[in-house]
Amino acid sequence: MHLDVRIPIGLLFVVFGAILAIFGLLSDPAIYQSHSLGLNINFAWGVVQIAFGAVMLWLAFRGRKAKAQISGGVRQ
Amino acid sequence: MLQHSIQLHSIDYVLLVTYFVFVLGIGFVLRRTVSGSKDFFESGRSLPAWICALGFIGANLGAQEVMGMAASGAKYGMMTSHFYWVGAVPAMVFVAIFMMPFYYGSKARSVPEYLKLRFDEKTRGFNALTFACMTIMSSGISMYALAKLLSAILGWNFHGCILVSGVIVLAYIFMGGLTSAIYNEVLQFFLIVFGFLPLVLLGLKDVGGWDGLVAKLVKPATDAGFAPDTWTHSWSHTGSAATNPMGVEWFGLAMGLGFVLSFGYWCTDFLVVQRAMAAKDMGAARRTPILAAVPKMFFPALVILPGLIAIALHSAGGSFQLPSKNGGLDYDMVVPTMLAHYFPTGMLGLGLTALMASFMSGMAGNVTAFNTVFTYDLYQGYIKKDGNDAHYLAVGRWTTVVGILASMAAAYAAASFNNIMDILQLVFAFVNAPLFATFLLGMFWKRTTGHGAFFGLIAGTVAAAIHHGLSLPHGAAAGIKGGWLGAVHVYPSEMAQNFWTAIFAWSTCFIATILISLLTRQKKTDEELGGLVYSLTSKIKERDARWWQRPALLGSIVLALAVVLNLLFW
Repeated sequence: MHLDVRIPIGLLFVVFGAILAIFGLLSDPAIYQSHSLGLNINFAWGVVQIAFGAVMLWLAFRGRKAKAQISGGVRQ
Repeated sequence: MLQHSIQLHSIDYVLLVTYFVFVLGIGFVLRRTVSGSKDFFESGRSLPAWICALGFIGANLGAQEVMGMAASGAKYGMMTSHFYWVGAVPAMVFVAIFMMPFYYGSKARSVPEYLKLRFDEKTRGFNALTFACMTIMSSGISMYALAKLLSAILGWNFHGCILVSGVIVLAYIFMGGLTSAIYNEVLQFFLIVFGFLPLVLLGLKDVGGWDGLVAKLVKPATDAGFAPDTWTHSWSHTGSAATNPMGVEWFGLAMGLGFVLSFGYWCTDFLVVQRAMAAKDMGAARRTPILAAVPKMFFPALVILPGLIAIALHSAGGSFQLPSKNGGLDYDMVVPTMLAHYFPTGMLGLGLTALMASFMSGMAGNVTAFNTVFTYDLYQGYIKKDGNDAHYLAVGRWTTVVGILASMAAAYAAASFNNIMDILQLVFAFVNAPLFATFLLGMFWKRTTGHGAFFGLIAGTVAAAIHHGLSLPHGAAAGIKGGWLGAVHVYPSEMAQNFWTAIFAWSTCFIATILISLLTRQKKTDEELGGLVYSLTSKIKERDARWWQRPALLGSIVLALAVVLNLLFW
């Protein structure tokens, strides 16, 4: 049984996104003035990564369900 | 020199360590799927096309690519896109449609093994040996570059970097074999996209969008003595070698880079071909390079654009300045300088993780290709022919250890004798340039003989060496750069010299292989050549497949898109 590669990808991006988004909320806004043109890039890009990770996990979950239905159908 | 210019905080380290945990975790989970050598070396030929496709470009997306293309973007401008829209994409479509049926359809487990089935033992041996050395050297160079970069910008310990990167790559390949390497390449692919995309977006916003960038790129072009729009066009200034910073004209570009070098790499290099051969069926194997060509086509936005933005900002004379080296700009520092400039702590950790991911994917690609070629083509071919499967699996695992150790040795060799590395890379360039002629003739002309292939390859390699020995790039001294036989021709740039060396090597190999084949007897029967040569292989019927599963149709769409991109940035 193979591991679905979308699971580790989804997990990694959800974890990365969460860390960055939370850090973005807590961090001193001054660091964004001197680096990312005033934009809180940690929070913004963290949210984007959470969304991407969630889509990957959802695709993996859907794939698993479809597979279970097929093998269930074969058994009948 | 950019001494320890980047300060990392605990959040950056948290991201880096999290990534390492995932990488090793994938290997750990996959270790149970490896029950025989086929699983370890070929992923059991079970992977879907999209995974193979992302692995296909992931393995090629080493740090030399990411940092090198950004450097070229700053140095040569939009002309760098030729490596994608003229170089990679057409070759990827060609290997998918015309060559994959023979690689995947024959019983060959590696590219050198195909040469044995099609030609003879000596051609296989020559290719396997040079390829094995080349993969180790590349993986060593990757390791060395990573350690050098991290010790320069972060002040990390050079030896520690080599050890840690080597051990992590070793661990996940040792446990999960090729599947583990490919899964990690897919992960690394997404990480590189997510790590660099915000850099490009912030940079573009900073220079005032594409229009602002075009306006700001006038100065670097005119400063260098070229037409104002040189940096933003790919073909317009290639009428003559003197009117563009690459120093090449359209013919050398199209033939040398577009035909010989790119087709030689994408169609014959087992490092990438191995990813497609891991696919679950012929259709998936053929779709792999085509699906890979789609993101590849848009990579210039991710890897070349940062270079364009960096040189635009540098020329504008603001707070962003590239470091200098030997009196010129240190173009290799484009990506690290951009990261330090635009990313605050947090995102900086993500950017560095992406950079490290690109180093590791490049290394792992080489090591998996090495252990397969060593085990199947050198060990099984010459040392122990009749071992059982468990024996070859064990050999493959321990070859991975040896491969990593040898890469580390190569990294130290690169650190201590810079010239030795240059010489070796040069020798391998000579060996690689003619190879595509051998495959083209082998696959499409059934009369090509083993002697023809072998001696044609040698002739091509010698031709490359002679051409290099007789020519010199402008401004270079005779020696490692060429001219060691006495320079009779001076090229405007090193790149022009490389392209023409490749053209001479390919043509010599092509002609010599045909002549020698006509003079020697074909020892293989038509039955033996079935499945290996175009005219003796039954054509694959695509009528049953749905439109999005047909390689020829998909390939045509991808090629049309590449033409559009060429015209857009003409």
